[in-house]
This record gives sequence, C-alpha cells and structure tokens, in this order.
Amino acid sequence: MARIVLDELAHSYKPGPKGPQDYALKRIDHVWRQGGAYALLGPSGCGKTTLLNIISGLVVPTEGRILFDDRDVTRLPTEARNIAQVFQFPVVYDTMTVRENLAFPLKNRRVEASVVRRRVEEIARLLGLSRVLDRRANNLTADMKQKISLGRGLVRPDVAAILFDEPLTVIDPHLKWQLRSTLKEIHRELDLTMIYVTHDQTEALTFADEVVVMYDGAVVQTGTPDALFERPEHTFVGHFIGSPGMNVLPCTVEGTTARVDGQTIPLAGAYPDLPQGRRIELGVRPEFTTLAAKGAGLPVRVKRIDDLGRVRIARVDLGGRPFAATVPEGVAVDGDEASVILDPTRVHIYADGHLVAALPAGATAA
Amino acid sequence: MNKTVNQKAWFLVLPVFVVVAFSAIVPLMTVVNYSVQDTFGNNQFFWNGVGWFQELLDPSTELGGRFFDALWRNLAFSAVILAIEIPLGIVVALSMPRHGWTVAFSLVVMALPLLIPWNVVGTIWQVFARGDIGLLGWVVNHLGVAYNYVLDPASAWITIVVMDVWHWTSLVALLCYAGLKSIPDAYYQAARIDGASRLAVFTTIQLPKMRRVLLIAVLLRFMDSFMIYTEPFVLTGGGPGNATTYVSIDLVKLALGQFDLGKAAAMSIVYNLVILAVCWVFYTVMVNADAEKKEVEA
Amino acid sequence: MSLVLDNVRRQVGAEVHLRDVSLTLEKGTLNVLLGATLAGKTSLMRVMAGLDAPSEGRVAVDGRDVTGLPVIKRNVAMVYQQFINYPSLTVYENIASPLRVARLAKSEIDKRVKEAAKLLKLEPYLERTPLALSGGQQQRTAIARALVKRADLVLLDEPLANLDYKLREELREELPRIFAASGAIFVYATTEPAEALLLGGNTATLFEGRVTQFGPTPQVYRRPHDLTTAQVFSDPPLNTLGATKADGRVTLDTGAIVPAAGAFAAVPDGRYTVGFRAHHLMLDAVEGASIALSATVSVAEITGSESYVHLDVAADGAAHRFVSLVPGVRRLDPEMRITAHLDPHRLFLFDAGGNLAAAPDLARAA
Repeated sequence: MARIVLDELAHSYKPGPKGPQDYALKRIDHVWRQGGAYALLGPSGCGKTTLLNIISGLVVPTEGRILFDDRDVTRLPTEARNIAQVFQFPVVYDTMTVRENLAFPLKNRRVEASVVRRRVEEIARLLGLSRVLDRRANNLTADMKQKISLGRGLVRPDVAAILFDEPLTVIDPHLKWQLRSTLKEIHRELDLTMIYVTHDQTEALTFADEVVVMYDGAVVQTGTPDALFERPEHTFVGHFIGSPGMNVLPCTVEGTTARVDGQTIPLAGAYPDLPQGRRIELGVRPEFTTLAAKGAGLPVRVKRIDDLGRVRIARVDLGGRPFAATVPEGVAVDGDEASVILDPTRVHIYADGHLVAALPAGATAA
Repeated sequence: MNKTVNQKAWFLVLPVFVVVAFSAIVPLMTVVNYSVQDTFGNNQFFWNGVGWFQELLDPSTELGGRFFDALWRNLAFSAVILAIEIPLGIVVALSMPRHGWTVAFSLVVMALPLLIPWNVVGTIWQVFARGDIGLLGWVVNHLGVAYNYVLDPASAWITIVVMDVWHWTSLVALLCYAGLKSIPDAYYQAARIDGASRLAVFTTIQLPKMRRVLLIAVLLRFMDSFMIYTEPFVLTGGGPGNATTYVSIDLVKLALGQFDLGKAAAMSIVYNLVILAVCWVFYTVMVNADAEKKEVEA
Repeated sequence: MSLVLDNVRRQVGAEVHLRDVSLTLEKGTLNVLLGATLAGKTSLMRVMAGLDAPSEGRVAVDGRDVTGLPVIKRNVAMVYQQFINYPSLTVYENIASPLRVARLAKSEIDKRVKEAAKLLKLEPYLERTPLALSGGQQQRTAIARALVKRADLVLLDEPLANLDYKLREELREELPRIFAASGAIFVYATTEPAEALLLGGNTATLFEGRVTQFGPTPQVYRRPHDLTTAQVFSDPPLNTLGATKADGRVTLDTGAIVPAAGAFAAVPDGRYTVGFRAHHLMLDAVEGASIALSATVSVAEITGSESYVHLDVAADGAAHRFVSLVPGVRRLDPEMRITAHLDPHRLFLFDAGGNLAAAPDLARAA
C-alpha cells in the first residue's frame, strides 16, 4: 500500500542521450495515489513497458527518482520493492497445487500458517478458484492459470502496488469481460494500488479510474475515461480512443470561427493566444457530427455509408480530406452531395497536436 | 480419410524400405544365422539350435559367466556415468551465461570435446595419464598417490570414467541449457517478486521445465555409455585382467580373438535385446510424461 | 463463375463438421461466413477450396461437378489469420510468387504486381522483406498475393483477427473497395457481426455446422428467420426473455405488459421468446421506450466511444443477464441499481420452435 511518485523520471537506452529523440521515455512527473486503479495505455513502442519496468525495478531510469510513500526506491531491486506483478502469459508453478501456488509468496516471507490459509481462501473465493484449490496447477485451462497468477499477485495484503502487464492477452474473448469485472470487483474489495498496462482501449477504460495515455515515449494525457473521450488533449488521444477515431482537419482560426478549406465553422470559444507558426488543427468526434441534407451545413461529398447496425457512419470527403459523421435515423442520402453539422461545443482546436484551451466567446469582446 | 488424396505418394517411400532392408534386416539375419550354428573353421558349420543361448544365459557355464560379469561391469559403468554427468551437466548449464557475447563463447568451448572422435579421446588420455611421460599420471604419482591404469583396476576404471565425463558432460550441459533457455524471463521475475530463494527457483521452476530434456539426456548418455568400446580398448584393451572388459569388448575378443562366431553372434543378439528393452522403458516413460502434458492442455 | 454447394455434409469420425449446407455463390459477390469459433467456417472454406472432400453432397463450379477435384486443379486463393508470407523474399517477390509459378511473362508479372500493390497501398514497401513491415502491411501483402492470381474464388479466413484494433479498423474500411475492384467470388469468414455489417454483400450465418440463413447482409441482420441466426448476428449477445401472449397483450416475464399492436397483433396466443439487441436496451428514458426494467449493474465496459453495461434483471424468479450498449462513456459502479428502458417496437418475437414470429421493422411499419 503506497502512494507512488514519479519525480522527473526519464529513460534512454542509449548512453549519453543528446536530444528528445534518444529517450525511450521522455520526462514524466506523476503521482499515483494509494488505492487507485490506473491504466497505462498506448500502442506498442510508446514507452509503457519501459515505465512499467522502471516501476517494477527491472530498469534503473537514467534521470529522476521513483518514490514509494516518500521512500526512494529508484535503485532498489525488484524483490526489495514489495510489489506484485501479473504477466502477459500465465506464470504458475507446475509441480504445486493451486493452493500451494497462491500460498507461495506468503510462505517465502514466513507468514504464519493459519494466516496464509485464511488469506489464500479469501483470494480463491474472490477469483472463483475455491473449487480447484487442491488440484495440480498445470492441469487447468489458460484462463484458470492466469487467475492463479492474479491470485499470487493479490495474496500479499501489504504490497505497495500490483502491476498488470497485458494480463488478458491469452484469455478467450468471451471470458475477458468476466475477468474484467472480477478485477474491478477485487479492486473495490481490496485496498490496493493497481497499475494496468495495455494497448487495448477497452481494457484500460473499463479497468481504470484514471488512464495515462502514452505516445512516442511521452504521456499525452492523463484523465478519466470520460475526459479522454470528450476532451482529448492530444490529437493522438482523439485518434486512438474511440472507433472510428476523432476527425482532425487543418484549419485557421479567426475570433470564434475556424476556416477549413474556405468554409467557416463556428466555435464555442475564442483562441486569442494561438501560437504563431504552428500546425493548427480542428478536431471533432464523429459522434458529435451529423450528416444532413445539402445546404444545411458544411458541404461534403458522401463516399460511403457504413451500417454498423446500431448506428450508421457516413464516410465523406470534406475539402479533399476523409471525414466521418453519424447518420441520424430518418436521414436518407440521395446522390453524393450532402452536408455535415458540427456541434460547436465539441469542436477542439489543437496546436502541433496539443489541445489549446478556449476562452468563453464573450470574453474576447471585453 | 475424406481428403482428396493421391495414392502415388506411396511410391516415394519405397526406396526407404529397400535401404532399410539392406542395411538392417539382411545383416541382422546373418547374425541370427551364425547364432544357431557352431564352426571349427574352414567354413564348416554345424547346427547348434538354441545351445549358445542356453549357455549364455546360464552364469555357471564359462560363456555365461564371462557374459554376466561383463554385463554387470557395463551396468555399473553406466550408473556411475549417469550419477556424475547428469548433476554435473545441470550445474554447468545453470552457471552458463544467459545473455551477451559470453553465450556464444561458452557454447563453442562446451561443444569442443563433442567434436573429438572416440579413439582420439582414448589416445589423448592414454598418454596424458601415463606415469612416466603423461602429465596427469606423473603429477599424481609424485603427489604420493599410487596410480597406474595398466596394473591397477581402480586406476583403470577411474581413468575411463574421467575420460567419459570429460568427453560427454558437455552434451548434458548443452541439452539442459536449451531447456533453461526456453523458460520465459517472466518466470524468474515472478519468482523474485514472490520472494523465492535460489533453491526454490531451481526446484519449482528450472527442474520441472528441464524434465523433458533431462529424460532425453539420460537416455542418450545411458545408451552411449552402455555401448562403450573405443575408450577402454585404446587405453587398456579391457585390462588389467578383465577389469574393464565390457560386453562390447568381450564380443570382439570372442569373435575376432577366438573366432567363436556362434557364441559371439548369440551374445550380440542378447546384448542388442538388452539395449532395446532399456530403450523401450525410457520410451514408455517419456510418452507417459507427454500424455500427462497433453491432459494439461486439454 | 458460380459456386454451388448442394447438401454438403462433412463428417470426421463421429464428429459432424458440416451438415446439409446448400449455398449458391455468384461471380463478383462478397459472401461473409459469420459464426463463432468451431461453427464450421473453416471446414466450409476447406470444402469450397477442395482441400477436403465432402462426405456427402456435391460441389459444382459453373454447373460442372468438382466434388473430388483436389485444390491444385482449381483456381482458388486463400488468406489466413496468420500472416503467411515468404520471409526471405521481398514484398514484390512475395506478390509475384504465384505468377512465377504460373510462368507468366515478366512484363505481365510486373504489371499485375504493381496493380495489386497500388490497390493495397503497398507501393512504398515493395523492396522490403515482410518481417520489416507492420502486421497490417504483412497481411496486405498476403491479400495482394491472393488477388494477383486472379483466382475465381478467394477465401479469407478471419484475415484481420491478429491485427491491433486500429489497424483492423483501417483495413476493414478498405476491403470492400478492394473486393469491388476484382471480379472473383470472395468468401470471408469472421466471428464479428460488426465486420459482416461493414463488409456488406451477402452473409451466411453458421451455427454448429449448419447454415442457418443466407441472404443480403442487412436483411439477415434485420430480419433473422430464427432465434439462432439472431444470436449469431448479435454482438454483444442478443438479450432474450420469455413472454406470453394472451388477451391481446404480451406479458414479459419481468411483469411488463406490451399492448399487442402491429405485428404482435397477428401472432397467435402462446409462449414466446422475446429478443432485443444491446443498443435497444437504453439507460436513459427516451420517447417510445416505455418498458422499464429495474436492474443491477454487474460491470460497465468502456470501449472509448461507447459502453457495454452488463445488467442483472430479475424475471420469473431468476436473474437474467442483459447487456446494454450505450453511446459515450458511462461509468457505473458494480452493484448499482438502475432502471433500463426498452422500446416495445424494437422487439423480436420468436415462437416455441425458435422461428421468427414478429420483427421490429414490421411492428414499426404498422
């Protein structure tokens, strides 16, 4: 049980890094509070595994410190950090029973037998392993084995944090949501800090209270699942979270309107301090964009309508760029000329990929 | 079954059958033929039925006696070899590096003894262990230990055992090393996190994961040591006395030394059957281990 | 060409892999085989390709019986779930390989490879080897190799299953265009209803070796002939509930009463199974959604732009597990009590034999 502080942490696998391009993990400052459920989300190569290895003690960062409850553990080996970790593939001790597997971390620490027994049974109940406690661990299915690995991570009540490294990779799709709900339940019952590393948005957003999105070695946004969806702080987050991802269009901004390819788009706020000489883009999610008849909004050419059953998505061409919009029920598309209507309160402006905060529309007049 | 099959494929296997027939079955039948006959030279043969086999399997006869003596020597030798090479091979494998340039280096060094032919190994040690001009023999004798493989049976045995260990432990070590390499790093990390001791890591992770390669190593080393011939032949020719006369050496003495082709043929058949029987036992054990593994995955 | 399967049955030992499959696939069509793992998709493809012969029944190409003809004598191409390419050859040579086998002229090979590479956006990578490419590009190479042969029949067995979801999204959008450019019969196996809907064309739903329905994809989705087809073509799973029709009204097992108007009026009195898709079970009261169900949240899975909420609803003395699919990010804690809403016009009604008695579209039209 601990609060984890990442203090100006950075890591480079090259000796003597010269510029930001040499860093596998760019400078990160972060605090994870005790008892929270966090996810590190990003595509492969984004640096999330490096960060995980720094927390678990496999990698010593080239810069900065990592603190567990104000204790500097930057240079401590894994076994001295009091953490637990669940790996991508199940790790079970083949020759032991399920019970012995779960008890192993406690036995090694010479915990009293009666305490071990009670704790093992409690964890087995939480994970639904009670029936198989006395079976040999290697005679079980992959998802059962992964539950055993989870159990060995959860069994120590005093761990500083539990790290999950893509733990559902080997689990059958239809069993995944059950394990996800089990994990969530466990997090509510046990007061443990949990850090979950994955490239799967559903896993991250379902599990965590707060998601850390990483891209190209840097943290691009830290926030709740709602915030990631409604207010992506980076165009990458908009693209990566949600399916289809956010529409991003290059634009110029004047007052409370944006201009895209000669068309004006009303904005909910103003951007008087927009930095000069940077790439300015407009981002809006397909969910907040609707297709309408010709003349009702920005003119577009309809290329295709994808019928997803629950919703229809129009793939259109807006000033030569691909754009996706929701097709509301009852809207029929005749021919390829139509228009799209953007919800101004959901349109965000980005400079070099990063979100720019808007001033309320009235503020600029004053 | 219901595959759209092409029966012509069977013709492709035909040459293999022909080769096997000529290389294995025909020579074997010649040996069987000799084993039921007696000869006094001059290519004159007499029918002897199962006479040689009866004599061979009865320890009270001259032939049976020398056969069982040699067989026990063989078994004792194999037991000693396994008892030394398997644990030693595991220890060597455990201490080999797992990452970096030293991996390639140690693999090459380990493989070197395996590349030397048997008779060369025998010759090297025959010279190396001599009391007059051999470095090892000279040093040991000057340390005050009575050591002479030509006169002392214990010295001869020790020399052959050391020779075999030197020659073949690498094989066991390399097999174990391959087994160890196949264990994902996650297991070691998990064990560290679980607070397991070095011994616990060995007994709960490394040994179970090495079980299959160890079975293969035991099988290979048993068969090879059970068929030992070249090393004792080069070193002492089976002496001193009959101290290092293993079945294979005795066979050659019978067949080429005394030209008792019938006895030798009978002995070689029984020797063959013993090896087959032991291989069958090993095979069954390994298949059972496999079956257990299958059950796990089911 | 056309491919006709006539009462095809395939049995291996005591296991029946395919039972009485009759399908007619026309030239230039895209046909989706939709079904869970082991439903018989791969078995059916192997029979179509000629890799396996049917135990009973007939396979005909353009009216010619090819039932026992081995694959080598047919003009088929196949793409697998794994990215199968020659690792030592360049992308160009990989795509060219079937043409080299066919001993085509060099200029013709070059022309066809360049065409296929353009269609699959592989032009920048032609000189690289497959292992230097991303998973998506590797699979594009495999698809290009299948297309370049100009086979009469192209079989794709879950080609996107091994890709990250963003790459899957991208390739999925392009596939219809790629297929349209060729004149072959395409057969595409998938486990995902959403993929079938996106690809369009025709869909055959498979369940336990049987084709339960075959027809234009949207029609199979909106008017499944029976409960099994509706279940196969629903992800998240179709919600089902028992109901009784008597005295001009339908009483659900939860106690809710629906007036038997429209299509419901026409069905005879008796016991029925009500089915509704996850996105028709709403968490907010909207106009028309007049059936209220009190439910307990089990877990809320968030995919980014929508949320799957697993609910327990009490009906007829037992707890039923329902799934609700709602847009946006909805974070609900397990054990929370909520009210879910259902539009009576969105219900499917299946009779005791599992056959469709009333479908939503009919109910609305009335």
